[in-house]
Amino acid sequence: MYLFGDPATWLPLAFAALLGLSILIYVVLDGFDLGVGVLFPFADPDEKDRMVASIGPFWDANETWLVLAIGILLVAFPTAHGTILTALYLPVAVMLVGLILRGVSFEFRVKAPVKHKPAWDTAFYTGSMMTSLSQGYMLGMYIMGLEVTAFTLAFSAVTAVFLTVAYSFIGATWLILKTEGALQLKAVRWSKGGIWGVVLGLGAISISSPLVSPRIFDKWFSVPEFFLLMPLPLMSGALIVLLWLSLRRLPTSDDSFAWFPFAATIVLFVLGFFGMAYSFYPFIVPDQLTIYEAASAPESLFIILIGTLFVLPMILGYTALAYTVFRGKATALSYD
Amino acid sequence: MDTLILSRIQFGANISFHILFPTITIALGWVLLFFKLRFARTGDQKWIEAYRFWVKVFALSFAMGVVSGITMSFQFGTNWPGFMESVGNIAGPLLAYEVMTAFFLEAVFLGIMLFGMSKVPSWLHTLSTFLVAFGTTMSAFWILVLNSWMHTPAGFEMRDGVAFATDWWAIIFNPSMPYRLVHMLLASGLTVAFLLAGLSAFRWLIGDRSNGVRATLKTGMTLGAVLIPLQILAGDFHGLNTLEHQPQKVAAMEGNWETGPNVPLVLFAIPNEETRSNDFEIGIPNGASLILKHSPDGVVPGLNDFVTQDGTVLHPPVAPVFYSFRIMVATGMAMLLLSWSAVFFMARKKRGVEGLPKPLLWAMVPMAFSGWVATLAGWYTTEIGRQPWLVQGVLTTEAAVADVPAPMVASTLIAYLAIYAALLAAYIGVLFYLARKAAKGEPLGARIPAASEAQVTVPAE
Ligand code: HDD
Ligand code: HEM
Ligand code: HEM
Repeated sequence: MYLFGDPATWLPLAFAALLGLSILIYVVLDGFDLGVGVLFPFADPDEKDRMVASIGPFWDANETWLVLAIGILLVAFPTAHGTILTALYLPVAVMLVGLILRGVSFEFRVKAPVKHKPAWDTAFYTGSMMTSLSQGYMLGMYIMGLEVTAFTLAFSAVTAVFLTVAYSFIGATWLILKTEGALQLKAVRWSKGGIWGVVLGLGAISISSPLVSPRIFDKWFSVPEFFLLMPLPLMSGALIVLLWLSLRRLPTSDDSFAWFPFAATIVLFVLGFFGMAYSFYPFIVPDQLTIYEAASAPESLFIILIGTLFVLPMILGYTALAYTVFRGKATALSYD
Repeated sequence: MDTLILSRIQFGANISFHILFPTITIALGWVLLFFKLRFARTGDQKWIEAYRFWVKVFALSFAMGVVSGITMSFQFGTNWPGFMESVGNIAGPLLAYEVMTAFFLEAVFLGIMLFGMSKVPSWLHTLSTFLVAFGTTMSAFWILVLNSWMHTPAGFEMRDGVAFATDWWAIIFNPSMPYRLVHMLLASGLTVAFLLAGLSAFRWLIGDRSNGVRATLKTGMTLGAVLIPLQILAGDFHGLNTLEHQPQKVAAMEGNWETGPNVPLVLFAIPNEETRSNDFEIGIPNGASLILKHSPDGVVPGLNDFVTQDGTVLHPPVAPVFYSFRIMVATGMAMLLLSWSAVFFMARKKRGVEGLPKPLLWAMVPMAFSGWVATLAGWYTTEIGRQPWLVQGVLTTEAAVADVPAPMVASTLIAYLAIYAALLAAYIGVLFYLARKAAKGEPLGARIPAASEAQVTVPAE
């Protein structure tokens, strides 16, 4: 077990990396299907069916990354898990109710009597909003170190809105990829409307986290870190410009580049995520508890790690299979 | 009410709601695979008809199971942080393996199973159906390993109030695991058997004479008739195992206060913890001694053994355990009666479904949900019977509860209860709505034109 040095050092790090990876995958994947839900009121009934068809085969697996993330937090960092979740008790409950509403509305909207369909559509939209807003709120609270003051509440309200807009943006870019015709045109419009949310959201988080925490300030604004980190904001800026340019030209007549906004947004999310991960390392509860203090017994972590090394590639493999089977433009979903 | 009792009610409500749907999906996945394979083998249209109807029930139940399951996985952190802090080294890996080996498998292949029939080769679709069924069974396996370990902990040592694993084999194959797994899987099979039969009987009664409905009614009743004796047998073994490891629970189940020989089998009673006796009792002389010790003068443990000198009560609350156990057994007996008479009438003169008398068909309709009743009653027996312990002999429920203000828990509890009540009504409503539509021969999906095929109507499910 001492193959790579002291397991009490590298195991927590490995699990923090796994935790980060599953949160990142979750935010990208469930981000786009939550975003599609947030955009629901802007679409007419036919388009709604098409939008649901574009996420139908994926949403369940997308949410499973949240279960994995919370599982890893629970398994690898039990004390942090308790601290974070009890501090965020109410927003977690709001998120769960939101997830329940939207998850079941997928099924009910097509199985319940036709006259109930609009009600289930509303539930789907409401659930998606509750989930996105509460996740944005929790993100804000987390950045503010889980403390409740008037200022942190206001900040979290702002991040709640921005994350919701960011989700609707990635949702819209997904629709550009997966749809055609009038709906695709609409999706381009929605993306143009949503890109400011991404810019402001990234901006707000990048400016406020160093201001709130002197530790984070030092991590970014000392030499040579400052110069080493420069590529991160520069690349994000460049991507945003490219995104804007591409949105002005889309949709193209032969549908080329329909994939670009979605792909670029994923990269943007990844960059933003790395920025945050860098800011918070080594803390798991900001400025209170490090990953090393919070980690469970090495023996138990080791048992899980072995399994993960076998199972994770398999999960990625069959996830890729599912996305391949349902590649191309979304067609009406049917069980036949 | 304080945070502890509210958190307990909330946990009980959430898990009770959750378990309803896995109980259906675990066995229904295998039943769908069976339909699909029968169709492949015989080419008979009725099997694919059956598949088409029941895959919808499956999709709906699965969605309900997933969303309530996500709620469950957050509960440990929000309400029971002490649980993970004290036994996290054991519970953690088990839950992690459940997510990795079961949840992803079922969630990913569910997409292909539901929507991929025309997109992938037939063998891949059948394989996906198999993997979903296998995934749900694996979920049940891992979570029941954890739950059994909480009843009969093994393979660990305590250091400073924290459990450390010493033997994973002993943890996984802990003494009550095999019994609990078998009993739960059979419960799932029975729940689905009666749901199949109940909804099909409903369709038959409102005039559906299709071969599909014949096939599912027959499959349901036959499955029920085969599984119920096995379940009763498994339940008996399960009880003997519990007698060995948690005698106080069996004493509460039997409503027996004094340890001694010649204990009657109490059919009905009103247990009273104030007077520490049963207010009213009908029993079969020597019955409990016979069942539990296989001899009329076998000594059966009584509740009074679990009260200390200073009056501290170490046994679970008697009445809920006592009543819920009887509800489970009574439901099991009703299942036996119904399924065996149905099979008898169907076999008589080989008349099949036509041979079933009307009253029997009518009885099947409410019995569609008998599996739920028995399963919930069984879980209440087990879980309340473990109190005051959360992990038997290791961690009390009280020690694990979160320090969250009671009004906060109360507000989330009310929200959950409201939403569960609404969803349960919607779920049952939609099942019968689908059954009525199928009976009228209407296509099952709401007909909505899809964007690119604006004029052609396609069922968008
Ligand atoms: C369709 C469902 C169903 C039916 C018909 C029965 N059970 Fe059951 N029973 C369950 C579903 C169930 C369950 C939900 O699956 C439980 C709860 C926890 C567990 O492991 O199984 C359970 C628990 C359970 C326990 C508690 C074990 C413990 O607490 O450790 C006992 C002793 C029995 N059962 C015995 C029986 C007997 C003698 C039955 C005869 C009719 C019976 N069950 C029918
Ligand atoms: C297999 C996984 C399960 C686990 C890990 C588990 C865990 C727990 C925990 C943590 C508690 C303590 C909280 C409390 O006292 O309420 C509890 C109690 C309880 N559980 Fe379970 N449970 C499981 C399955 C079930 C199922 C399937 C049901 C019912 C359908 C159930 C019904 C209850 C009830 C009613 C209580 C309350 C007992 C009381 O407070 O008197 N449990 N269980
Ligand atoms: C504390 C206890 C429990 C937790 C934390 C829990 C958690 C979960 C979660 C997160 C899911 C969704 C998986 C997905 O995203 O696909 C799920 C589904 C499932 N659970 Fe549970 N669960 C618990 C108790 C139980 C029990 C007692 C059983 C049955 C014996 C069970 C069997 C299943 C099955 C078969 C599924 C997948 C199929 C479906 O969703 O219908 N679980 N559970």
